Amino acid sequence: MTNLKPTSEPSVADSAELLAETSAESGRPVRSGWRMLLPTMTPWLAIGLGLIVAITLFGVIGPYLVGDPRAIRDMGLTGPSADFWLGTTQTGQDVLAQLAHATRGSLQIGVIVGLLATALSAFFGIYGAYRGRAVDEVFSLFTNVFLVIPGLPLVIVISGFVPAESRGLWTIAVVLAVTSWAGSARVLRAQTLSVRNRDYVAASQVSGERPWRVIIVEILPNLLPVIASQFVFAVIAAILGEAGLSFIGLGASNSSTLGTMLFYAQNGFALSLGAWWWFIPPGLIIALFGTGLSLVNFSIDEIINPKLKNLRLHRKRARRAARLERELAQAARRGGPAATASKESAR
Amino acid sequence: MTSVHVTDLVKDYTIRNGLKRTRLRAVDHVSLELTPGRTVALVGESGSGKSTIAKILTRMEKPTAGTVAVERDDGTTVDRSAYRREVQMVFQDPFASLNPFHSIEHHIARPLRIHNRTAKGEETRERVLEMLERVNLTPAANIAPRRPHELSGGQRQRVAIARALAPGAKVLIADEPVSMLDVSIRLGVLNLMGRLQREDDLAVLYITHDLATARHFSDEITVLYRGRVVERGPADAVILDPHHEYTKLLAAAAPDPERPGRVTAADPVDRDAIDNSACYDHFAGEWREAGVPAAEAKAVTRAD
Repeated sequence: MTNLKPTSEPSVADSAELLAETSAESGRPVRSGWRMLLPTMTPWLAIGLGLIVAITLFGVIGPYLVGDPRAIRDMGLTGPSADFWLGTTQTGQDVLAQLAHATRGSLQIGVIVGLLATALSAFFGIYGAYRGRAVDEVFSLFTNVFLVIPGLPLVIVISGFVPAESRGLWTIAVVLAVTSWAGSARVLRAQTLSVRNRDYVAASQVSGERPWRVIIVEILPNLLPVIASQFVFAVIAAILGEAGLSFIGLGASNSSTLGTMLFYAQNGFALSLGAWWWFIPPGLIIALFGTGLSLVNFSIDEIINPKLKNLRLHRKRARRAARLERELAQAARRGGPAATASKESAR
Repeated sequence: MTSVHVTDLVKDYTIRNGLKRTRLRAVDHVSLELTPGRTVALVGESGSGKSTIAKILTRMEKPTAGTVAVERDDGTTVDRSAYRREVQMVFQDPFASLNPFHSIEHHIARPLRIHNRTAKGEETRERVLEMLERVNLTPAANIAPRRPHELSGGQRQRVAIARALAPGAKVLIADEPVSMLDVSIRLGVLNLMGRLQREDDLAVLYITHDLATARHFSDEITVLYRGRVVERGPADAVILDPHHEYTKLLAAAAPDPERPGRVTAADPVDRDAIDNSACYDHFAGEWREAGVPAAEAKAVTRAD
C-alpha cells in the first residue's frame, strides 16, 4: 500500500494545478481590453524579460557607476583583475566602462530605430490599406520598392556619402529605419485589410465615426500584438545593423556603441593577441539582448496566434500524462505483488 | 419622423477576370418606400442584392444610378451630417459587429458622443445604462463594463440594436438580425425590435431570407430575385397568395403544421429558368415589368 503513495501524490498535485489553470481561464472575467494584450507568463518570457531588464539597467545605470571609458593608462593590455573587472584595452582603457557606455549607445540606437521603423510601417501599412484603392496602390508600390532595395549596401552607400563629422547618432538611426520598415508594412497591410472588412469597423463608420478615429480606436488595438512584435524585431535588427555598420567603420562618429567597441577590438588585434575580455563581452551583450527580445517575441506570437498557446498547453499536458504513466509503471514494477494484491482487494 | 424613398436603385460591380472585365448588376431598378412605424421586409436568397441595398442605404456603397431620399415629416430632407444619425443599421453577425477590444459601454457611448447627444462623462454613462435597460439587458451596470466575448449571441445583438438606436435613429436597416441566433431567442429579439419600433415610430427595413419571421414582423414584403423585385405587397397577401414562381418556391419551403409530410422541392429547380423580368404588385393587382425605371414600368400579362 505504501508504495502506491509516491504515484498518487504527484497526480493530486497535478490535478490541483490543472484546476488552478482552468479556474484562471474561466474565472473572473478580464475587464480591460489591454489585459487581453498581455502575454501569459512562461519560463521563456521570464528569461527574456530578465535578460532585457538586466541589460537595459546596465546600459542606463552602468555609465554612472564606472569611470571614464576614454581615460588612457600606461598599463597596456591586461586581463581581468580586481581593479578592472573586464581588463583593459591596448591603451589601458577600462573595458567595463567602455561596455557600459557602449551598451547605452546601442540601446539608444535600437529604440530610436525601432520607433521610427514602426511608425513608418504603421503609416504606410495601416493607412494605405484602410483608404484602399489608389492610396493603397501607391503605398503598396512604394513599400515594395523599399522591400527590394538591398538594405546593407544602401546603408553603406548612404553612410559613406554623409561626411564623418556630420554622421551623428540620428543620421545612422534614420538610415537604418528607412531601410528596415518595408517588411513590417506589408504584414500590417495584410492584417489591416482583414480587420478593415469586419462588421465592427463598418458599424463604427455607419455610426459616423471619423476615419482617423476608426483607424486609431477601432482598428489599431486589434493590430497591437503584431505591431509590438514588429517593434521588438526592429530593435534587434537595428542593434545588429548598427553593430555591423560600426564594425566596418561607417557608424556614428563621436558615439560609442557595441559595434564601435568591436571595431576597435578588431583594430587592436584583440583576437590574435588572445584578449578575449575585449571582444567577447560586447558580442555577448548583443547576443543576449537579441535572445531576450526573441523570447519576448515568441510570447507575443502566442497572442497573435492562440493556436501556439494551445499547442504549448497541450504539450504540457502530454508531458504530465507521460510522466504519470512512467511513475505508475515504475511503482507497479517495484511493488509488483503489493500492487496486484491491492488491485485484487479493490476488485 | 423620417421616411425613405428609394427610387430606381442600380448597383453594378465590375468583375475583373484577368484582362476581361464583366459587369455584374447586383441591384436592378429597385424602388422601396420606408415610412415611420412600418416594417418592410426584403426577402431573397443569397446574392439577390439584399445586403447591397442595405449598404447603399447606410452609405457604405455609392449607387450606380437611382436616388435615396430621406425626408422628415415637415418636408425637410436629411442632409449628409444628419444622415449618420437618422439612418442606422443592425448587422447580421453579432459576433463580428462588436469590437472584441472594447467594452459594451464604449460601443453605445461612441454614437452618443459623436452626435453630441450627451455631454462627456457621467451623463453619457447614465444614458448608456438607460439604453441597455431599454433593450432588456439588465443589470445594466453589470453588463456595461463587460466585453463582447462575455455575452451570448442574443445579448450581443441587443447591444447592437442599442448602438443603432443610441444616436436617435429614425430609420433602422436590420440585415438578417436574427439569422445567426439560436432559434429559441430569435422571437425575443424580434419582439424587442417591434417594441422599440412602436416606441420610437421607426421606419424599419427588415432584410431576411426567412418568410416566417418576415410575415410575423413586417407589414409589407418585397421579394427580390437576382437583383430585381419580383413580387411586392402586404405581408399576408405575398405569403398566402404568392404569384411569382420564386415566391411560391419560398413559401413551399416553409414548414406548414397543417400539412405534415410537406412537399419539399422534390424536383431540383432550374434556377436559371426562373424569370425575373416581371414583378407582381399586390397593391396594383397586376404584373409589371421589372428591371426598368418605376415610372416607365408597363403592365404585362402573365399566365400565373
